[in-house]
Amino acid sequence: MPNPADQIGRTWPPGDTYEVTRAAIAAFAEATGATHPAYVDVDAARELGYADVVAPPTFLVGFAQSSDARFVDDPASGVDFSRVVHGEQRFTHHRPAVAGDRLVAALTVESVRRMAGNDLVTTRNDITTVDGEPVCTSTSMLVVRGE
Amino acid sequence: MSGGLGVPKLSEVSVGDQIGSTTIHLTRADLVRYADASGDQNPIHQSDEVARSVGLPGVIAHGMLTMGAAVRVVVDWCGDPGAIVDYGTRFTGQVPVDAETGADLEVSAVVGAVDAEAGTVRVDVSATCGGSRVLGRARAVVRLPA
Repeated sequence: MPNPADQIGRTWPPGDTYEVTRAAIAAFAEATGATHPAYVDVDAARELGYADVVAPPTFLVGFAQSSDARFVDDPASGVDFSRVVHGEQRFTHHRPAVAGDRLVAALTVESVRRMAGNDLVTTRNDITTVDGEPVCTSTSMLVVRGE
Repeated sequence: MSGGLGVPKLSEVSVGDQIGSTTIHLTRADLVRYADASGDQNPIHQSDEVARSVGLPGVIAHGMLTMGAAVRVVVDWCGDPGAIVDYGTRFTGQVPVDAETGADLEVSAVVGAVDAEAGTVRVDVSATCGGSRVLGRARAVVRLPA
């Protein structure tokens, strides 16, 4: 059986480019009950000094999880996704993502701890623009429940 | 509560200030909408049968939906979603969403620390469902004007 602990320190370079769209921001804002005008109204966003509508604080989770899939879906990871629950999540925003951003994510398996028969796997996605400007560091702790 | 007095200033904020509270009602339709918007189509958030097969009481909300919905209290207070420079939480409890009655999340937030040098405040967010805490150490760091 592959052991997640053998994956500590493994990295993946920036992968597929993700383009942030106004439609995706609006849909995510609506789905989380977010009502701030800067999510949907370009003028309101520009009044706050942003180039376009602003992504909500947790918007990049989908992109981070698609990057995590490079690790989670690899049979060598030892992670059985049907046994995974989300334990912790943190976003450090270097600047807010806005519509029009073209982003990439570099993935690192930061740590794996075994606790009470579960593996606690922490991944980090360093999300930047395609030109390398830091946008967000997303850290996720996944609990892989033991058999 | 900010009382609609506009954007809070760092110098006006003190540890212990209550910045807001709200009740967020979630339905099964909300979970489908979040699944579509976020790309997280895990069936434990849509099918009682699948949820029960993995030992859950029934369909539960996405932890990330709870996290994403709760931060609205902070955004409404500071007036700028981009002022939230850090936001993290542990997922400590489940939010079962009944097919008929849905679920109610009780969210409130209080200033936990003020860092005058950094120009930020730490807001501690509480989210409970049915009296149980569902987010642990949920904290948002917010940049405020001096």
